[in-house]
Amino acid sequence: MNPEELEDLREENERLEAERARIARDGHHLNGAELHARLDRTWRRQPGLIGWLATVDHKEIGRRYIVTALIFLALGGVLSLIMRLQLARPDGHVVGAARYNELFTMHGSTMMFLFAVPIMEGVAVYIIPLMVGTRSTAFPRLNSYSYYMYLFGGLMLWVAFAFNIAPDIGWFAYTPLSGPQFSPGKRADIWAQMITFTEVSALAAAVVLVCTILKARAPGMTLSRMPLFAWAMLVVALMIIFAMPSIALCSGMLISDRLVGTQFYNHYEHGDALLWQHLFWFFGHPEVYIIFLPATGFVSVITEAFCRRPIFAYPVVVLAIISTGILAFGLWVHHMFATGLPRVGYSFYTAASMTVAIPTGLQIFCWLATMWDGRPRFQVPMLYVVGFIVTFVIGGLSGVIIAAVPLDLQLHDTYFIVAHFHYVLIGGAVFPLLGILTYWFPKITGRMMSETLGKIGFWILFLGFQLTFFPMHFAGLLGMPRRVYTYPAGMGLELPNLLSTIGAFAVATAVLLFVINGVVSYFRGALATDNPWDASSLEWATSSPPPSYNFEHIPVVASRTPLWDEKGDLPVVTGLRVDDKETLLTTVVAAIPDVREPVPEASIWPFVAACATGVFFVSSIFSPWAVPFGGIPTAIAMAAWFWPSSLKRTAEPVIA
Amino acid sequence: MSSRSRTSKAVIAGFALLAVAACHREERHNEPKPFNASIKAGESPPTISPGSARPSPLDPRAADFDNNAPAIAEGQYLYTRMNCVGCHAHGGGGMGPALMDDKWRYGGRIDQIAATIAEGRPNGMPAWRGKLTEDQIWKLAAYVRTLSGQPSKDAVSSRADAMSASEPQTLSKREPVKNADTAGR
Amino acid sequence: MMRGSGKAAASLPLLLCGCSIQHYQSTFGNAAEEARQFNTLFVIFLIVCAVMYAFVIAFLIGSIVRRRRASEANVFETGRHHATNPAMQTGLMVWGGVIGTGLIALAIASFFADRSMAQAAAHEKLSITVTANQWWWDFQYNSADVSKTLRTSNEIHLPVGVPVRIILHSNDVIHSFWVPSLAGKQDLIPGRENDISITPTKVGLYRGQCAEYCGTQHANMAFVVQVEPYADFIKWWEQGLAPARAPNAVLAKAGYQYVTTRECAMCHAIAGTTASATVGPDLTHFASNRSIAAGTLPMNQANIRRWVDDPQGVKPGTKMPKVPLAPNDLKAVVAYLETLK
Repeated sequence: MNPEELEDLREENERLEAERARIARDGHHLNGAELHARLDRTWRRQPGLIGWLATVDHKEIGRRYIVTALIFLALGGVLSLIMRLQLARPDGHVVGAARYNELFTMHGSTMMFLFAVPIMEGVAVYIIPLMVGTRSTAFPRLNSYSYYMYLFGGLMLWVAFAFNIAPDIGWFAYTPLSGPQFSPGKRADIWAQMITFTEVSALAAAVVLVCTILKARAPGMTLSRMPLFAWAMLVVALMIIFAMPSIALCSGMLISDRLVGTQFYNHYEHGDALLWQHLFWFFGHPEVYIIFLPATGFVSVITEAFCRRPIFAYPVVVLAIISTGILAFGLWVHHMFATGLPRVGYSFYTAASMTVAIPTGLQIFCWLATMWDGRPRFQVPMLYVVGFIVTFVIGGLSGVIIAAVPLDLQLHDTYFIVAHFHYVLIGGAVFPLLGILTYWFPKITGRMMSETLGKIGFWILFLGFQLTFFPMHFAGLLGMPRRVYTYPAGMGLELPNLLSTIGAFAVATAVLLFVINGVVSYFRGALATDNPWDASSLEWATSSPPPSYNFEHIPVVASRTPLWDEKGDLPVVTGLRVDDKETLLTTVVAAIPDVREPVPEASIWPFVAACATGVFFVSSIFSPWAVPFGGIPTAIAMAAWFWPSSLKRTAEPVIA
Repeated sequence: MSSRSRTSKAVIAGFALLAVAACHREERHNEPKPFNASIKAGESPPTISPGSARPSPLDPRAADFDNNAPAIAEGQYLYTRMNCVGCHAHGGGGMGPALMDDKWRYGGRIDQIAATIAEGRPNGMPAWRGKLTEDQIWKLAAYVRTLSGQPSKDAVSSRADAMSASEPQTLSKREPVKNADTAGR
Repeated sequence: MMRGSGKAAASLPLLLCGCSIQHYQSTFGNAAEEARQFNTLFVIFLIVCAVMYAFVIAFLIGSIVRRRRASEANVFETGRHHATNPAMQTGLMVWGGVIGTGLIALAIASFFADRSMAQAAAHEKLSITVTANQWWWDFQYNSADVSKTLRTSNEIHLPVGVPVRIILHSNDVIHSFWVPSLAGKQDLIPGRENDISITPTKVGLYRGQCAEYCGTQHANMAFVVQVEPYADFIKWWEQGLAPARAPNAVLAKAGYQYVTTRECAMCHAIAGTTASATVGPDLTHFASNRSIAAGTLPMNQANIRRWVDDPQGVKPGTKMPKVPLAPNDLKAVVAYLETLK
């Protein structure tokens, strides 16, 4: 190299050094109050309505998901109370046949698509970045878009209900009943398009979660040191990505049949009514595990914290979660045992359906072993875990019963099935959910929920639940089919139905108590410290509620229970920018620092894109011209969103 | 302030219109209203005879059936079961005239079609009064109108669960019922 | 549980007006081979599952009440990682083994039960073709001699002890044929032919119901099954083949006139008259049925009048329209229908 080139090189180096010196980074020389002020200015939400709509803060989006999902829970719950009033006595006259059919369709669709999956996503979106020790999710604008799509889908369905055009085809809408001849009007189209909204939302949230969990973990948090809830959400998000396209396809085909006269489900033209069932249940069965697996993550989190020891046999729990996620895709035909498919094939699905009980059974052992070997303290979250074990296992065992073809042929489409799935969904998902909301309430809001009210609510819920759903096993055995708006006297169904109705009101009371507890505690609960439960994972290493930037410095992790192993302050890495949004990405398995990734700024475009997509989807119910004409504004909004000018910098290598 | 209240009024009005439109299209009418004077025997629309004067006003019962999705679906069911297909095919006609074109000898308005079904017509259209209820006749008339694409595309179903006989009704062209053939629509 | 067809006939109105719990529509009815196999298998499953549940609850209660040693506390409190309990690790493997063994045993039991039900299906002596419609059941008893084919609606008779093959078709949407006292269910899917085999073992009266949501009146799509001795069954079949007799009474004659020339004949068939439409149920032996409108109302004169006068009021959304009958016409039609035994 000649002297001029050397000189140029030296000048370039000096220039870069000077530039680097101008960039403020967190570290030894910049910490405390000044660091907080500057980080907060960078990360906090802009004021005003635009700022509110444009936020990409995962904590904000997670809170919105949770509140919206709880509102849908309440709405769906009220519908179930009306249904139970109608069924309290034979030949009830509370609602007529057509209205009852709308009620159970709305109840099922709301609970499954607008409450269960979104609330799991919402809790995950809130807590995962905190739990894995990073400042932001991956793809924060996609996260925002996913919330708005969910909101608009739910609004569309409920506005339709308010306008008296609710769907009445059941939450799984079998063809040909949901087809163009037997479901006139637009009710079934509204249902199918609500699916489109929620599936786009779920897919977007799933992508966000997978990338966050795999790439944004704190340095040192290898996959084998990752909290079990993060494992559960990783598996769930991958399941969503594989399962959702199936229902996207079948609901899209249904809309196509209804709108433009395709023949997918018309056997006269070589379509098939059973095609719907296969495609729907290929999604539908993994769907219930998508709802259940996050709850197993909740149970692991709570059990660890409240038994004051790490979960017993962590690798077994991880493998159980993964194998449940994989096995869940091989079971769907057990929803179709009465359709007349070949019997030999059915045996495979009986075997598969029973096999999936094994990993779940192992997980239960691990939780119980943790309790046995730990020092459990039975505060409200742990009570919900105990309630979960008592209740969910009944549901799981009734599932083993109906996995057998000869038994299912009697019990399919009866109230035995209704009992089974409420046991696994409420016992298996809602109980852990209420426990985890109590557990993370201090982290989210900075205040503690009332322990007394929580305990009262738990017992009313637990006992009310058993009163509501246990008699349904008998109603099914005594010959009561599903989805009937009335039943005749003299079959012995009066007593189980009356008990279920009374229990339903107890359950409603308990949920109301939980909400009251939440609202009152939000304003007047005891202030929470950083780590009120003495738990072990990273979300408790920051304040309650966390600052807008989550952590002052990215923590470094050396074990599965970092807060229990590092007395005093956690080790941290320093060097992330302070005046620009930046986060640290690490490698997938070993979590070695990889790049410093700039994080997108808040943007109104996800909201605008969701509005455009919403208009596109809703208008495509009415006319196929909506596809080209609705697609154009959506494409424009997406183009504005992805326009590269908002990204000023590329990822920079970690300076080791 | 005033512009905001105007906007909100417009939004409410928009929703109300949507609501009314939606309600009408999807309403199920199981209990028929008494049909005291709807299709009187022997009364054809006056425009049928040449040189006649004003068209008769549209029967108010029409609103319950025209553009009503459940009524059209019931009409579709009846069209097959009562063997209208035997003479009219799936709108293409055969022994009977085509129903999917723009020629309406006896009027193409829903109440005129209902009158035709009830009274029968020369050249072989049977009289169905006394064999089908008024309700059923109106539902058939509502369906017959879809064969020529008259009702709004929201209310029709694209196809039956049957062998494909014509293009999907949600996409079919509207064959306009000419003024001379009808009373005013 | 019902015993004896005589008692069955006498207690019909009792049954359908529900004055006491009868297992005529219940898996506890145990009135056929298939139902018995279900019950045996169900009890096996119940026992195994109850034992598993007992293990879980015992472990749970043990964990709750166990006295805790300070050494088992968390590292946060003691600064030490406690050793993994080797007994618990063994326990985990044993637990996995127990669950696996239990499930394999259950799966094998299920497989054998399934196979024996499938094998029984090869020996049927009688076959009935069921066509489900929204919201009623059309039954046709098949016979090698076509003139002996019997068509009934919403009610069937089965000979006790004889395996019967029930062939399942649907005219519109998916329905499900389910008589819990006799056997499991099978769906009727448009475009497919399914079948189910039943061997009734107990004489009596049973009720079946559609078990797949099929629209507005899914809840009111039931049917009656009478299981009777073979001789009675044959007699019933022969009587069923006979056409309806022309009535003698004046009122019934007027009713006959109305029914065969007005709205009724557009949808219904009555053998021996000019009414031969197949849109709605066959009415030839309407008054012998135990129920009206597919299990919606018990059969008696008041209910016949109620149904004919306003079907939409009784079963809103049903395909039968409300025919505006003048009071005299209504009386006449009801009188005629009552003669259709």
